[in-house]
Amino acid sequence: MAGIVGYGAYIPRNRIKVEEIAKVWGADAPSYKKGLMLEEKSVPSPDQDTITMSVEASKRALRRAGIDPREIGAVYVGSESHPYAVKPSGTVLAEAIGATPEVHTADLEFACKAGTEAMFIALSLVQAGAIKYGLAVGADTSQGAPGDALEYSAAAGAAAFIFGQDGLVAETLDTYSYTTDTPDFWRREYQYYPQHGGRFTGDPAYFKHVTGAARGLMDKAKMKPADFAYVVFHQPNGKFPLRAGEILGFTKKQIEPGWLVPRLGNTYSGSSPLGLTATLDIAKPGNLILVVSYGSGAGSDGFIFKVTKRIDEVRELAPLTSVLLDQNKNYLEYGVYAKYRRKIRKAE
Amino acid sequence: MRDVAVIGVGMTKWGELWEKSLRTIFDETALLAIEDAGVERIDSMVVGCMSSGLFVGQEHLASLLADSLGRIPIPAARVESACSSGGLALRQGFIEVASGLSDVVLVAGVEKMTDVTGCEATYALGTAADQEYEGYHGLTFPGLYAMMAVAHMHQYGTTREQLARVAVKNHENGSKNPLAQFPFKVTVDAVVNSVLVADPLRILDCSPITDGAAAVVLCPLDLARKTGKPFVRIAGTGQATDTIALSSRKDLTWLESTRVAAQKALAMAGRKIDDIHLFEVHDCFTIAEIMITEALGLVGKGRGGPAVEEGLTSMGGKYPVNPSGGLKAKGHPVGATGVAQAVEAVKQLRGEAGERQVKGAKRALTQNMGGTGGSSVVHVFEAE
Repeated sequence: MAGIVGYGAYIPRNRIKVEEIAKVWGADAPSYKKGLMLEEKSVPSPDQDTITMSVEASKRALRRAGIDPREIGAVYVGSESHPYAVKPSGTVLAEAIGATPEVHTADLEFACKAGTEAMFIALSLVQAGAIKYGLAVGADTSQGAPGDALEYSAAAGAAAFIFGQDGLVAETLDTYSYTTDTPDFWRREYQYYPQHGGRFTGDPAYFKHVTGAARGLMDKAKMKPADFAYVVFHQPNGKFPLRAGEILGFTKKQIEPGWLVPRLGNTYSGSSPLGLTATLDIAKPGNLILVVSYGSGAGSDGFIFKVTKRIDEVRELAPLTSVLLDQNKNYLEYGVYAKYRRKIRKAE
Repeated sequence: MRDVAVIGVGMTKWGELWEKSLRTIFDETALLAIEDAGVERIDSMVVGCMSSGLFVGQEHLASLLADSLGRIPIPAARVESACSSGGLALRQGFIEVASGLSDVVLVAGVEKMTDVTGCEATYALGTAADQEYEGYHGLTFPGLYAMMAVAHMHQYGTTREQLARVAVKNHENGSKNPLAQFPFKVTVDAVVNSVLVADPLRILDCSPITDGAAAVVLCPLDLARKTGKPFVRIAGTGQATDTIALSSRKDLTWLESTRVAAQKALAMAGRKIDDIHLFEVHDCFTIAEIMITEALGLVGKGRGGPAVEEGLTSMGGKYPVNPSGGLKAKGHPVGATGVAQAVEAVKQLRGEAGERQVKGAKRALTQNMGGTGGSSVVHVFEAE
């Protein structure tokens, strides 16, 4: 029986409000807030990146797992903002947590679903018996072009999961993937900001894959929405996951604990993984949780987790996601935000 | 000149047709029109399309579509007059049949607008404005129509709510059109509180970006009678031009090309405006419909706002305008719009418009317009 033995979250302290961004671009803040259901988003500090956030989240996962990091046989980091084009994030992470040198590492990229890809692979190796523990991270300091709709949502955060066969906090009951070639969002090499297909990112992209994966997984597991205590969907904005839930027949109550996006923004590879950490934080033993990610290009990974009794023992060993989300926040003005995000630079 | 009849019409569901290419949506509608006409033979083809070059990177469109439809080597021509390309294609098809050059002519309009981003689409549409005097200064169509709206409001006291009433009415009608892109109702409140595009125009004042096509089959009236199928006569056609640049107009609130085109079409049909039972007009923006009702002579100068408020142009009113839902609710695939207006006119006169049928309609008028009125094409249709 394989599943999650430890999990951890990391969200930077800095926030910027939708109004602050809209003010600069002369945009209509109320329509963005209503249309995208966004209030504010997290912003990484100047020295934070996917690697530093992965390390923070992984250390917290280790605390909850209570294992020796040297027993981790694989470290996978999923992100679309790896700090280096050539040189892995995974090696830095593995070194920082003390998992080297007997460890397999890889960096993954698949728009917003690289995090669940890392989880999928780590879990599979554990299930196959090839490794004892596998660490999977979804992390991003995502980019939105100045003035683009994405700028209101592109946020930063990381979630880490350690998979194993014993000491589970959540058992994996089933997995499923749903993938097609659907170009709704992309960034070419040497481009700083991604491009997107506007409304094309909705029905033929996000909704087709998220509902396709959710239905496929529930069919495979012979389950229905009412069987789940909670459901987590990828959250590019506030509206999409709620509508996906509505289409599939989930209630807002099932979605709400993992629905972080209005106050967090879209943390891309960290999005549905952070929704899962927040949900595990409040879940009770025996609860079933459905997780469905989405990555542009496009595909969705689905997981069914069953929470175990051990959750009550490990929950408080690391900061709860809700604490990271709602406490100790530091609000930025656009100018400072622009500097932090390297939208403006000091003359060399 | 020979009398000309419409013996077949075709249209498919409009919207964001991401799964279909330009030629596919053309083929589907053309085949529907040919099937409706019940003819085997097509002698010639005219296609209205504003900007396949900028929208899908395809020119040489007439031959491409004749081939796609399996009709080579028939003569085929593409007609372009910005958003009135469809109406002008119909007029060219009419001339071809009336002149005796061809007997059975397929007239289609098509536009595939969602393969590009919103910015690229706005740019492509903007080429219908005067580039040197308008485009290079940053003007786009919402901006141009916003200026017309401001001038109309200033000159005649037209209100924000009256603009909204146009959208409310057309969505009400469009909610009964299963082929419309947005077949739902909106409220005045929703319109005036929707996202601001170009003051005073909000998103629900604007027609959408749409993929779609429409087609009709024309033939001489004598031939139409022999088919034994229902047909509608094109009693009048009129076309007029005006300055493309809004700044060159004497009056920002007046659509002279529409007035002239309508006068010509009505004179040719031997009809007065009061003889017409329904109107399909070019409501690319809510202010456009208000100005068109004035230019057609349905109401006096500056009276378009109060007219829509009083229900004069509603389905139960004296002059039902845009029973199809208009560009606002039905969608606006620019090159297809003028032909789709003809499709609606024919359906109405054949009594096949379902829930949105104007009862007892015998005569219909269509008005299709390019840019801010730099071109207008008007047709009068009559049931036999």
